[in-house]
Amino acid sequence: MSPDNTLPAWTDPPGLWGFLTTVDHKRIAARYVVTTIAMMFLAGMLALDMRLQLSGPDMGRMGPQEYNESFSLHGSTMMFLVAVPVMEAMGLWLVPLMLGQRNVAFPRLSAFSYWLYLGGILMLWVPHALGITPDLGWFEYAPLSGPAYSPGHRADIWAQMITFTEVAALAASVNLAATILKMRPPGMSLARMPMFLWAMLIASLMTIFALPAVMLVTSMLIADRMVSTHFFNVAGGGDPLLFQHLFWFFGHPEVYIIFIPAVGFVSSIVETFARRPLFGYRFMVLALVAIGVLAFGLWVHHMFAVGLPRIGNAFYTAASMLIALPAGIQIFCWIATLWDGRGIRFATPLLWVIGFIITFVIGGLTGVMAAAAPLDLQLTDTYFIVAHFHYVLVGGAMFPLFGAFAYWYPKATGRLMSERWGKIAFALIFGGFNLGFFPMHLLGLMGMPRRIYTYGPEMGWGTLNLVATIGVAIAILGGVIFVANAWISYWRGRPAGADPWGGPTLEWATSSPPPPHNFDWVPVVEGFTPLWDAPEGLPVMTGLPEDRRKVMITSASTATAEYLQGSPGPSIWPLIAGLAVSVMFVGSIFTPWAVAIGAVPIGAALTAWFWPKRKRATTGPLGGRPA
Amino acid sequence: MGRTAAMIRTLFLCFLLGGCAGVQTPLDPAGLQSAQLLSLFGLMLWVCGVAYVLVLGFLGWSLWRARRRIAAETAPEVNPVHRGLSRGLWGWTAFVATGLLLLAIASFLTDWTLARAERRGAIEVSVTGHQWWWRIQYRDPASGQWIETANELHLPQDRTTLIRLGAADVIHSFWIPNVAGKMDVIPGRANQLALTPRRAGWFRGQCAEFCGPQHAHMALDVKVESPAEFTAWLAAQAKPAAAGGDPTALAVVTAGPCAACHMIRGTDAKGRVGPDLTHLASRRSLAAGTLPMSRGAVQGWVAQPRAIKPGTMMPPVPLSGPQADAVSRYLMALK
Repeated sequence: MSPDNTLPAWTDPPGLWGFLTTVDHKRIAARYVVTTIAMMFLAGMLALDMRLQLSGPDMGRMGPQEYNESFSLHGSTMMFLVAVPVMEAMGLWLVPLMLGQRNVAFPRLSAFSYWLYLGGILMLWVPHALGITPDLGWFEYAPLSGPAYSPGHRADIWAQMITFTEVAALAASVNLAATILKMRPPGMSLARMPMFLWAMLIASLMTIFALPAVMLVTSMLIADRMVSTHFFNVAGGGDPLLFQHLFWFFGHPEVYIIFIPAVGFVSSIVETFARRPLFGYRFMVLALVAIGVLAFGLWVHHMFAVGLPRIGNAFYTAASMLIALPAGIQIFCWIATLWDGRGIRFATPLLWVIGFIITFVIGGLTGVMAAAAPLDLQLTDTYFIVAHFHYVLVGGAMFPLFGAFAYWYPKATGRLMSERWGKIAFALIFGGFNLGFFPMHLLGLMGMPRRIYTYGPEMGWGTLNLVATIGVAIAILGGVIFVANAWISYWRGRPAGADPWGGPTLEWATSSPPPPHNFDWVPVVEGFTPLWDAPEGLPVMTGLPEDRRKVMITSASTATAEYLQGSPGPSIWPLIAGLAVSVMFVGSIFTPWAVAIGAVPIGAALTAWFWPKRKRATTGPLGGRPA
Repeated sequence: MGRTAAMIRTLFLCFLLGGCAGVQTPLDPAGLQSAQLLSLFGLMLWVCGVAYVLVLGFLGWSLWRARRRIAAETAPEVNPVHRGLSRGLWGWTAFVATGLLLLAIASFLTDWTLARAERRGAIEVSVTGHQWWWRIQYRDPASGQWIETANELHLPQDRTTLIRLGAADVIHSFWIPNVAGKMDVIPGRANQLALTPRRAGWFRGQCAEFCGPQHAHMALDVKVESPAEFTAWLAAQAKPAAAGGDPTALAVVTAGPCAACHMIRGTDAKGRVGPDLTHLASRRSLAAGTLPMSRGAVQGWVAQPRAIKPGTMMPPVPLSGPQADAVSRYLMALK
């Protein structure tokens, strides 16, 4: 399906070399998305395995060690290898297209980001294949993860996997933030930016502020384990709570880093299918900014049971409840857009949005319950919380993601996914998810704690657990159908054309799939919904060179055209730099010297990567140099 | 959808009828703290339930309304203005803000009530979390000595007991849902939790913070009883174990491998690593709620603890048939 209007300057070399050296944001992002789907499948299999173990009392499917490894791998994979990267991948794919741009701001950095992400996957799953699986949860609290209670390398593997994925995520976030701020098309001032771009901008800025905390805490953990520092060792003057504060200072914003891109997906889908611009744009933007700021002031609500002063807990209760206000405003604005819609087509992407609202609101409301510090003492670390965060993360982020996948699939592949199988997959996932996870609220209220590998028949938890297992199995079946639908539609789907849904944003103005350079021209934006504003044809600027890689840079707030900038072409150095960094990260769980020695190849790779290819520009007043 | 609604209805009924009785559930409160928390939860459920019904109603209305207007090729509306919707947004925002304010105030008031109850503390009990059992220590009112037991907490009814929580190794969490909320047990921190039980009976607590392989088997039995019964129980626990016994058993228990880790007051067994066994047979269960107390359970536990509770710190003690018989008989005599 390769379009015939390709520009040689933007075409990758053919074959494997092109695969390894490409800096095309679409290829890299597609790679990212496909990898996260594979990871999601593995994590889903782990979930099913655990649900079978819990489907009845005293089941012997697995022992405590296998169970602990399963929930640790499931949580770590879903949080670090699926939820955060998939959102960034969608951003890497969509942001330049929605901006009418030819590439992201730092094309090689996005390639580097993917290779490191792949390194993180191998860091976790290769040791799992060898039987060295982290077994202390996705959070690995000290001192349980400290040298005294976790000898061996399981905890180190987890900690260093985090470093891999967080460096990858930081690289992607910096890239997206720079692209959105400096590469918008002329006329798309901040006040006219589509909600999806606002969402990716805020999620990226949050990532930049939140992720260093978790890299710090895992590095401190590795130092405690390897060179006997005592950050978390009470006997040495350390404090286990330091671990929790640092972890959750990252961990809570992370939930919103996952959720906010979903806000962008939902806004795009609702707008297109309601055939009306989003209601309450200003309120939506303010709500997003408010969530982005408040998210950094809530982390203690994960720690209400650790015995902090009551007055401190009360502050975090208030802040946690406050964040329900902007979330409530967003929900209202989406429904209001549908209410005032000009005729709704119940296509699969919209079904996912409806499923999202029905499911996510339950998760939000149970979140309000858990935000009350005294009540949380009954709820935290029980299945009520397991239900709550699956409603928020699956209902609130994965449902919009599936909707977004179906919505932008025709743009990426040129073909539509089957509507019939899409609806079947939706029904199975939505129904199975609710059947599987709603009973967990009740199990939590019946006293079932989290992370137990078995329970006795006298506890009375058997029936609801069996229902939960059946529900999860149904949802996983739906997931398999969803992926099969995407797979088959790639060859068999109905050709989509440039704009199958009648969307308002710029990505629908180019062909499906877009050519390597995305757009032949630079669009000029005069309103919120550029394609709807100009039914006669989009106003464009021409003049971008066709024989060189150039992109247009505009001013950060008003998007006034500033200058053309060169955009780097294919390069092998991001891959080599990624390999060098991987060697250093892996080595550093065995010896501290790896950090010093490993820095040398990294420095060499980066030097080659950034080696200047043109002469130094002369500066100073014109004619300043005597003839 | 219908299913979800049905489940919510079941949950509501559960509350209204005071159903969901059980020995380990916040829904069947037997204490001042848990009753306060359950009424806060009930309020939450009503406010959140109303909010959810409003959201679903608005969603359903908008889909139904927009569906009527389906016209295949309608041009998208570029500049719609709808005053009603703007007013609706303000109304909704006001509703959400009011609801949240109400819930936040209710939460603070509950917290304040619980804080006051804590200051009434009369009895103090020290509870230490170990991988994977609970060390429990009472102060003997007569002698001022510590009386130690394990995995079984007795509480006088209608009085407030202050639990002083300590951790011997990693982080645990102490939770008796029928009586009160949980409190983490953290190395290096002196946490405390007030329990004011209002109803006599047996309840169950369980560790609520992941603490390693046997996190699932770290329970404790809780007996709430009248102050007179409680005093009698404490006096019985304060006594040392009866002297003498079968020499075969004593060779293993008080002079053999058991004594390295376990204490039996009044004998030579003075280990402090594992649970105190002085009145082992008076307890309701064995190995932190893993097995009901019986001679067979004790004998099986001594022989093969790691088959029953994989990963436990208790090593298997290889004994001949007659030895095993004598040991379990001796231990079951430790009333």
